[in-house]
Amino acid sequence: MVTDNKPSLVTINVDGVEHQVAAGANLVDALAKIGKEVPHYCYHPKLPVAGNCRMCLVELGSPLRDRATNEVILENGKPKIGWQPKPAIACATNVSAGLHVRLESPTVKSCREGVTEMILLNHPLDCPICDQAGECKLQEFSAEYGRGYSRYLDEKNAKPKKTKLGPRVTLDDERCILCSRCVRFCNDIAKDPVLGFVNRGSYNTLTCFPGRELNNNYSLNTVDICPVGALTSTDFRFKMRVWFLKKTPSICTESSTGVNTTVWSREGKIYRITPRQNDAVNDTWMPDSGRELYKIVEEDNRLTSAIVKGTRTSLESALNVADAILHQGSLAIVGSGHLSVEEQFFLAQLAKRTGAKTYMPAHRGQNDGLLISEDRTPNFRGALVTGLTDRNADHDLKTLASDIEAGRVSSLLICREDVTRLGLSAAILTKVRTVVISTHADATTSAAEVVIPGLTVFERSGNFINCQFRLQSFAQAIPGPAGVLPDVMILARLAKSETTAVWKTLAEQNPVLASVAQGLISSEGIALDGSAWSHLSFCESKLLKFAPQPKA
Amino acid sequence: MAIKVVQRRPLSLAERTYLPQILAGLKVTWDNLRRPPVTLQYPDERPTIPQGYRGVPTLVRDPHGREKCVSCQLCEFVCPPKAIRITPGEISETAENTHVEKAPKEFEINMLRCIYCGLCQEVCPEEAIWLQSQYSMTGTSRESMVNNKARLYELGGTLPDSHYKWDKKKAEAEKQAGGHH
Repeated sequence: MVTDNKPSLVTINVDGVEHQVAAGANLVDALAKIGKEVPHYCYHPKLPVAGNCRMCLVELGSPLRDRATNEVILENGKPKIGWQPKPAIACATNVSAGLHVRLESPTVKSCREGVTEMILLNHPLDCPICDQAGECKLQEFSAEYGRGYSRYLDEKNAKPKKTKLGPRVTLDDERCILCSRCVRFCNDIAKDPVLGFVNRGSYNTLTCFPGRELNNNYSLNTVDICPVGALTSTDFRFKMRVWFLKKTPSICTESSTGVNTTVWSREGKIYRITPRQNDAVNDTWMPDSGRELYKIVEEDNRLTSAIVKGTRTSLESALNVADAILHQGSLAIVGSGHLSVEEQFFLAQLAKRTGAKTYMPAHRGQNDGLLISEDRTPNFRGALVTGLTDRNADHDLKTLASDIEAGRVSSLLICREDVTRLGLSAAILTKVRTVVISTHADATTSAAEVVIPGLTVFERSGNFINCQFRLQSFAQAIPGPAGVLPDVMILARLAKSETTAVWKTLAEQNPVLASVAQGLISSEGIALDGSAWSHLSFCESKLLKFAPQPKA
Repeated sequence: MAIKVVQRRPLSLAERTYLPQILAGLKVTWDNLRRPPVTLQYPDERPTIPQGYRGVPTLVRDPHGREKCVSCQLCEFVCPPKAIRITPGEISETAENTHVEKAPKEFEINMLRCIYCGLCQEVCPEEAIWLQSQYSMTGTSRESMVNNKARLYELGGTLPDSHYKWDKKKAEAEKQAGGHH
């Protein structure tokens, strides 16, 4: 009786050494798990198997059995192995018990060398100008299995070099090795079949269907999975060589899906954002719209210094004024789903100290069925877990507006929200003393008495809780503007708390977080138990890896 | 360890008079007096620079006047003192060498940092950066010691090309133009 749903293990033999791997796993993945790389181009663990690059050819065999008795035939006391007469592709092989694999044999080596030479026949070898250089599979395997010079006497094929496949993707057909990963991605993941091959033989060319273009919101994933430099991002094209870029793990703030990302930066400037694999959230994909969010860092209306009554001032004096305002009378707090768990915690502490009523504005959009959910804030669940709010997000702030009109609220703290778009006009804001913590100047910051600059998600670190109640960490990729403190320090000071006590206090207050010790959050995140909030009606519907809880 | 006292050898008569040593020294002086002078009256006179000398790094054009650098940034990567800073850029569609696609938008070599090691020249896949015979760099400010792209091409000039790789590539593409069938 098997009670756990862990895959059962089988023994396979790789180059004479026995290994335990998951039964039924793809051979390429199984070998990768035990640290053996099978070179491949067309195989991708999240796409259907095509088997057209032939780079992963290996020799396979299995123990021979006597036809009459079905007993394993022994040779010198060991099972006799029947090797298949020709090599087979590992990507189309699933692991079974007793499978024997040869990865280092002369046949396998000559297969890899032959395939490499064949692929390089018409490949332009313009690595110095190719954006893929440094993360190119063909470049890596050519170094391992290429012969270093070409025996080809004819001229290389000339193909279109700069085809615009869509608004964000540029295709260099000469570099394409026809692995069809992009075609399969469009067909099976993005469900927008627009790519295909035309012509035959060495004239085979990747192209868009007539009258169509690759313009879906997931088109840049084809650039990520392209094993060579054929598909390039028009935004990142010729901007920076990848070996200069520092990789920082981050979380996409586009929606409550919490897509895992890698932020690529050099010397305080972000060059691109790519997805980071998390099989529980986003596999290896992310939407194009999330990749452009780094541009907020260098927008013209970035707040870089504290402002009190329209005059730039030091952060210290602004914090003193803010402190006086927050403790002068009846306070209301407008929190945000863009704050990290830590920031929401201190905001909740402040609300508790002052008895302030808290609001969490809702930001809603359309669900695309894959990785963009209805809730366009990354951390609404964090506000529930930290106790900042105990109800669904507020679609507008009319209650707050009427409270202000009636004089029941005398001071207001707003975090990262433009409340003028939520039913609190600038005229109403003038009736209360307002403190705003925000990253960008907007109508709210210009109406506020005290403005404290904040940091974007790329300039600070913290944790978000996504729609699956999965706690995920993001790290600081680049330094913020000089003199701007992390929001968590500002909020801790306003709440008169210690910044070090966050997780201890949270774990004490909240049994959900008892298992979370700071610094031990893995790159996959930690799934929290969200059943305490199952009475709330969350807005998210089905996503790639999320299904809403059925209503009891 | 015991100390061993070594007896000093007594000086010979010739050594005590010191005359042979003085005469040998005078011979060197006399020989040099008869040789032509080797001192260069720098800066009025300049030395001849030998082949393969590693002077100031420069950017060069090929004999057709085409900019050779494709801003692959390998020199920036290999440069031990991090003297090189490149801003890559795309060649415009209307330019004659648009098929090369990529060229530096800006190229800076900080001569206060450069150690004249020549690794940039060695690593360049396009033979675009050369340490030539210019050896004297002076300036009155830190900024003036940073060679920008215009200055680097002015210093580098044109060098002969034995490949004309990009011209060949263009010719091949034009020969195959109009379809593969």
